[in-house]
Amino acid sequence: MADAKVIPFDDDRSRAGAPRSSRRRPGAGGRRKGDPVAPVSPLPGQQSAEPALQDASQPATGAQGPAVGSGWEKRLAGGLAFLRRRVTGDYEVDEFGYDKELTDQVLMSLLRPLYDTYFRVEVKGIENIPSKGGALVVANHSGTLPLDGLMMQVAVHDNHPAGRHLRLLAADLVFMLPVVNELARKAGHTLACAEDAERLLTRGEVVGVMPEGFKGIGKPFSERYKLQRFGRGGFVSTALRAGVPIVPCSIVGAEEIYPMLGNAKTLARLLGVPYFPLTPTFPWLGPLGAVPLPTKWTIQFGEPIPTDGYPPEAAEDPMLMFNLTDQVREQIQHTLYKLLVQRRSVFF
Amino acid sequence: MAAKGRKLPPRGPRSHVSATSTRYGDPYGTEGKALILGKVVLVTGVARTLGGRFVRRIIRDPEVDRVIGVDAVTPEHHLGGADFVRADIRQPTIAKVLAQYDVDTVVHMDVTGTPLGAGGRAVVKETNVIGTMQLLGACQKCPGIKRLVVKSSTSVYGSAPRDPAVFTETTPPKSLPSGGFAKDAVEVEGYVRGFARRRPDVAVCVLRFANILGPCADSPLADYFSLPVMPTVFGYDPRLQFVHEDDVIDVLRLAAHEPRRATLNSGTFNIAGDGVLLLSQCSRRLGRPTVPLLLPAVTWVGSALRTVGMTDFSPEQIRLLTHGRVVSTVQMRETLGFTPSYTTAETFADFARSRGPGLLPPEALAATVDRIAASPLVTRRTAASRPTVAGRGTHTTQSTQSAE
Repeated sequence: MADAKVIPFDDDRSRAGAPRSSRRRPGAGGRRKGDPVAPVSPLPGQQSAEPALQDASQPATGAQGPAVGSGWEKRLAGGLAFLRRRVTGDYEVDEFGYDKELTDQVLMSLLRPLYDTYFRVEVKGIENIPSKGGALVVANHSGTLPLDGLMMQVAVHDNHPAGRHLRLLAADLVFMLPVVNELARKAGHTLACAEDAERLLTRGEVVGVMPEGFKGIGKPFSERYKLQRFGRGGFVSTALRAGVPIVPCSIVGAEEIYPMLGNAKTLARLLGVPYFPLTPTFPWLGPLGAVPLPTKWTIQFGEPIPTDGYPPEAAEDPMLMFNLTDQVREQIQHTLYKLLVQRRSVFF
Repeated sequence: MAAKGRKLPPRGPRSHVSATSTRYGDPYGTEGKALILGKVVLVTGVARTLGGRFVRRIIRDPEVDRVIGVDAVTPEHHLGGADFVRADIRQPTIAKVLAQYDVDTVVHMDVTGTPLGAGGRAVVKETNVIGTMQLLGACQKCPGIKRLVVKSSTSVYGSAPRDPAVFTETTPPKSLPSGGFAKDAVEVEGYVRGFARRRPDVAVCVLRFANILGPCADSPLADYFSLPVMPTVFGYDPRLQFVHEDDVIDVLRLAAHEPRRATLNSGTFNIAGDGVLLLSQCSRRLGRPTVPLLLPAVTWVGSALRTVGMTDFSPEQIRLLTHGRVVSTVQMRETLGFTPSYTTAETFADFARSRGPGLLPPEALAATVDRIAASPLVTRRTAASRPTVAGRGTHTTQSTQSAE
């Protein structure tokens, strides 16, 4: 039985591994999102031992006998230790309010079902995020609600071989809303301003930014996958000052989760939000309309653009800033089109 | 400087002069000032605990010859041999005190948020703002002044959701504090900047302290942490920073003396302990339960408590407890050359020890969790499954290695 399982799995891997086509079955890899694109080439010895190991691990997941019980016990013990630290306040947060333990143990686990089974996110090019040192991940923004940022965070958290954490820069609206601001700070997000970004980058963190802002996330459905203006390009000068590479990131699938057909501007102004989306379902079906459509996502991290070759005064050069901003924007847009051509359907 | 200090004869007789002696209220002391050659430090606000502690500490420094404590009320604590002059800094008498004692260093600690004894917010504001104006005016007229140290607060940055996560000394506040102590501090700093411009020969040091805590803290925040049940703002978990009283004394001394080698002690510096605590962590470490209230309700409860007189829950305090505030202490370390001996967490632990356990002491909660973990149901099952766990663990690590 074990052999029968191993062979198609291995076979599938060898077929899909080299070209890394977009049709990686979410079910095939099991619930463990290992690192699907990590360039870890196993040693020959290990490769030969692989079937045997698959043998051992496969029944553990397949035949859910005592193994699940023991895993459950282990998790219970871990959970109790976690609970003990939480109730006594004995945990650390950094100066931004990032609670690493809570993010790893709770917040990421809450987002993972959405990431794994609902949007079935496929991650490509994770190795483009450096294993150490700062990097600025610049992504497109879409989807009416900033789920794309959260999914990008889970993608980096679950897939990066060095276990890096993405620190997102969020709009000021996030930090004005109760509950949302608390969770955002604990998940490591901070206000999108040059001071915070520079502080994080010089500390050697991977920072995620979506320079389109509300223009991107609140654009009508008809303009899907058309990148908006990239703010004033402040992110480029910040990256330049910190001397960190810019990693362009293209997210496909987020545009269709809430197709925004209209925008109730008066209502938005009344509520003090930048837009009030009207989707085929949203205000009409009430809370049920707020359920996103289960689209299939692809997150591609592109080739990093180095910024450490420029002299220090380059950050003050507007022409260079515009050129670099355009370069990043072009690269994201180009990758978006490429991914859209490869995509078979919105939902699969 | 130290040698001069040791040569001086008036050290003996001066030590008899204490706050309780008859000399207070008599600014025209008869001691021979011609003999005094070392440093003469004038400290305002000595009737408060912190001011008293600072006077008692700095008088022991070898380069200091004489310390004059000034306050409008007679302190209840002793001043360790310093001269006490009962003078209101809101009155022009302070100029006479400065001239008469040949003061060369002024440490202005009378910028506070709470009234001492009777008097309300109006008196505090007047002491903070008018007192600082009078004191600075007197300093400007006094040619012997070499150094001015002002105790300010990080509340000058305000607290707003649009602020960067960490304030540096140069960060402009997004929303200026609209009232209360924070506004006083902003105005005081404005006057101090004006003074520094007019008297460039005086070394001016403004120390912006984060929330000062310690065993004998008497700030509104310390009162808040002493409430049996702490009201919090629903949906917000502010980041807080604390600085220990001992560190406050040390850094004030550092600023009042000549700068040490390779450091500079004039300018504006944020002073805070390392690290950050969230309000939720604070409440758990204190063992005091919280009641999350909606923001309008918090304002209402705050004003109600203020009327009753239980706590000084000013709007500015509520903003701090909503959005929090964290400052950068790089300048403090690198320019001022000061390393606090307590981190934020240690300061808070010291404060928590002095306040006694709350309704839900963390030790009790930890013991409860331990009891659950040690309960027969859990232990038996974990013990039984342990070998399997280990075995499976090795398998999974190996298979992850070779997964791709």
